[in-house]
Amino acid sequence: MTDAADPFEAIKVTFFQECDELLGDLETGLLAIEAGSADDETINAVFRAVHSVKGGAGAFGLEDLVRFAHVFETLLDELRAGRKPCDPPTVKALLRASDVLADHVSAARGQAAPVDEARSAALVAELEALTHGGAAPAAIADVLALPEADEFGFRPVAFDFSTLAAPEPAAASGWRVTFRPHARMYAKANETALLLRELSRLGPVEVALDASALPDLAELVAEEAYLTWTLDLAAVVDEASVREAFDFVEADCDLTVEALSDAPAATDAPDSAPDLDIAALLARATAEAPVIESAPPVVEVAPVVPVAAPTAAATPAPAAQAAVTIRVDLDRVDRLINVVGELVIQQAMLAQRVIESGLARSSGISVGLEDLELLTREIQDSVMAIRAQPVKSVFQRMPRLVREVGEMTGKRVRLLTEGEATEVDKTVVERLAEPITHMIRNAIDHGLEMPEDRLAAGKSGEGTVRLAALHRSGRIVIEISDDGRGINRERVRGIAVSRGLIVEDAVLTDDEIDNLIFLPGFSTADAISDISGRGVGMDVVRKSIQALGGRISIASVPGKGSTFTLSLPLTLAVLDGMVVSAADQTLVAPLTAIVESLTPRPGDVHYVGGHDAVILFREQFTPLIDVGMVMGFRDAALTPSDGVAVIVETESGARAALLFDAIQGQRQVVIKSLETNYRQVEGVAAATILGDGRVALILDVDAIVANARRRSARPELKLAS
Amino acid sequence: MSDIVPTAAAAARELIAFRIGRQEFCVDIMSVREIRGWTPATPLPRAPGYMKGVINLRGAVLPIVDLGARLGLSTSEPTARHVIMVAHIGGRTVGLLVDAVSDIIQLTEDAVQPTPDVASDQVRTFVKGIFAVDGRMISLLELEWIVPESEAEAA
Repeated sequence: MTDAADPFEAIKVTFFQECDELLGDLETGLLAIEAGSADDETINAVFRAVHSVKGGAGAFGLEDLVRFAHVFETLLDELRAGRKPCDPPTVKALLRASDVLADHVSAARGQAAPVDEARSAALVAELEALTHGGAAPAAIADVLALPEADEFGFRPVAFDFSTLAAPEPAAASGWRVTFRPHARMYAKANETALLLRELSRLGPVEVALDASALPDLAELVAEEAYLTWTLDLAAVVDEASVREAFDFVEADCDLTVEALSDAPAATDAPDSAPDLDIAALLARATAEAPVIESAPPVVEVAPVVPVAAPTAAATPAPAAQAAVTIRVDLDRVDRLINVVGELVIQQAMLAQRVIESGLARSSGISVGLEDLELLTREIQDSVMAIRAQPVKSVFQRMPRLVREVGEMTGKRVRLLTEGEATEVDKTVVERLAEPITHMIRNAIDHGLEMPEDRLAAGKSGEGTVRLAALHRSGRIVIEISDDGRGINRERVRGIAVSRGLIVEDAVLTDDEIDNLIFLPGFSTADAISDISGRGVGMDVVRKSIQALGGRISIASVPGKGSTFTLSLPLTLAVLDGMVVSAADQTLVAPLTAIVESLTPRPGDVHYVGGHDAVILFREQFTPLIDVGMVMGFRDAALTPSDGVAVIVETESGARAALLFDAIQGQRQVVIKSLETNYRQVEGVAAATILGDGRVALILDVDAIVANARRRSARPELKLAS
Repeated sequence: MSDIVPTAAAAARELIAFRIGRQEFCVDIMSVREIRGWTPATPLPRAPGYMKGVINLRGAVLPIVDLGARLGLSTSEPTARHVIMVAHIGGRTVGLLVDAVSDIIQLTEDAVQPTPDVASDQVRTFVKGIFAVDGRMISLLELEWIVPESEAEAA
């Protein structure tokens, strides 16, 4: 943990962690806005996310990030104040801006290549244009075009007008801010001068200091706060912007913000803001214009402003409800999990000793031990739950991917996500990102048709990719489906034949043809495209899923689309295994590989070439592998009828029968790495610790089968070893 | 006086001495984490002869090296009297099976003599030097290469 050595670095790490969350919030919020399900709070949340990134970045001197975030934030502020409508082009620009912001964050973190300056600059220009330039006239046009605006003036009841006016900026001619810091505020290293400077950015400020509370020097306590400022801000802004200047200190001071309503807004605005930048002034003036123009009946309406102001001030409140979470170093959680794993084993050992000692089941010790067992289980489940994380963190990255791939391919894509809250072990979550990314790319690149083809096929021009997660019988299931053209079986078959993956006259079911795409070296893209090409195909996806102990399957309907289904274990820390014995050694075979088990009858076993045994299983001759021999635990082969044959299926679908002495039972085992202190051993996937405290090896079924095949292919090697 | 002591202390090392058969060896005490009695190990398939297998050390899988066999000395079946020294070698934790731990000794570098030419290659790979304590000869072991990195090295 070199990070911990430098406290500044540690804070920076925390900042970047927060950035990840903030960027996630940002994207979620923007998507909600895009979907039209946004309220004021969503826009506020989006604004806050960018603002916080900017604030943190400023503290670390990340200039590029700050500059970009600032432009971004400025536009969002316009939206937040209602001075700019959230129209689709704006939202699209915002989404792209959030992508670039994420790039800036990764670049600042040193994780990614420097940001594409041209793209960033272009977006800055676009955002600025939206903020100042083209935006204001559009806003006027929008407002004027609204039929309500015309009706407005003719409404006889002022009350109605107030509700309609509410979305308009609650502008006052100026604000009187009374600001009395508490000692606490200074203790947190806040500086009044900086706050005043921040406020003065909104407009000219008249500052009056009330030092009457200041005691004589003899009685003065250096740490106390005695001063009160009265600030008259002459600027047409809403109350929230005024309060924002005091954002970080609001809890540590007495702050009152009153509207200065002595002068009418219409005359005050141009007078009080001579030194504002012209574009901002224009924006403000135009934003205000409709209110003024429809103002004739306004005399009674004027008091509306203070009514609207409290609501504006109240909106930040729900934002304060932060989720009650703590950040914990993953190492600490892992240590806890290890210790709890050990506790479980110790408990099992203790239970076994007690049974061996012949104590009555009703004895106090036995009863206490049972309670201990329940508690241990509960602790183990709770600890596992700490590591469980919603798949949201992976799903969140996908909208961006969909946008980018959609842009690159010229296809219109909508991404639907479901079950983002589905939880799975952190290690699994992390390793889900790559296969999901790859499959979504595939779905868009190969699955979805071009908009015109879709329209011709009678579908909506916009394709849909659905990403869903759910729990099913102790596993997590991820479904990626598209409503595209489905798998072109003719073509898949043709490619498989041309690549020599199948023979030309092979009889295959539709399902088998669909599954050909998982074969190594299969890629349906005509040219290696930038999107799903690069030589990695579905076989790589399948391998990475299988490495996680998962399975992948496909269902496809021509013209309707395809669905890929991933099924994964909830954690990589435990495994369901069959405990078996071979030549006095206890071994564990992963249950996922096991098809069934049987006791071979003497007539079922045949020998090919003298020593390679095969067993007749369901009309098929299946190689029979004596595990005790293969693992080198004994020299003489076990008589098949004395043992138990376990039929296993390897990842490539090949079947084999493993011969063991006996099956002890089925149980969940905690996976322990052999590599940590030793190295990888062929035929062994990992190790575990059984109830008696001894280490048992977990078999690598694929390696054993492959190894046995190699040996029988070259019998001379077998003799040599 | 005060300026002599630190110099002497800096040169002195604490070593833990142990016995395999009739020979005595020692390793730096800093690399030894704990010493525990022998418990039966789970054998590993196709492991070199000196790998006795793996045991459970409070939840971790600990490989056990029969140090006598590794040094090419005669070896016997371990009993409850045998001792496992849990050592930290190059980022890994490894159990070293020895007959008995005998002593903790202080040693200055200049007391170590080079390994005589009579020793076999296998011994000279691991023995950094020898020295005498009370008329006994003790070999100073270098643990770095005790556990092979890969199958190729093991063969």
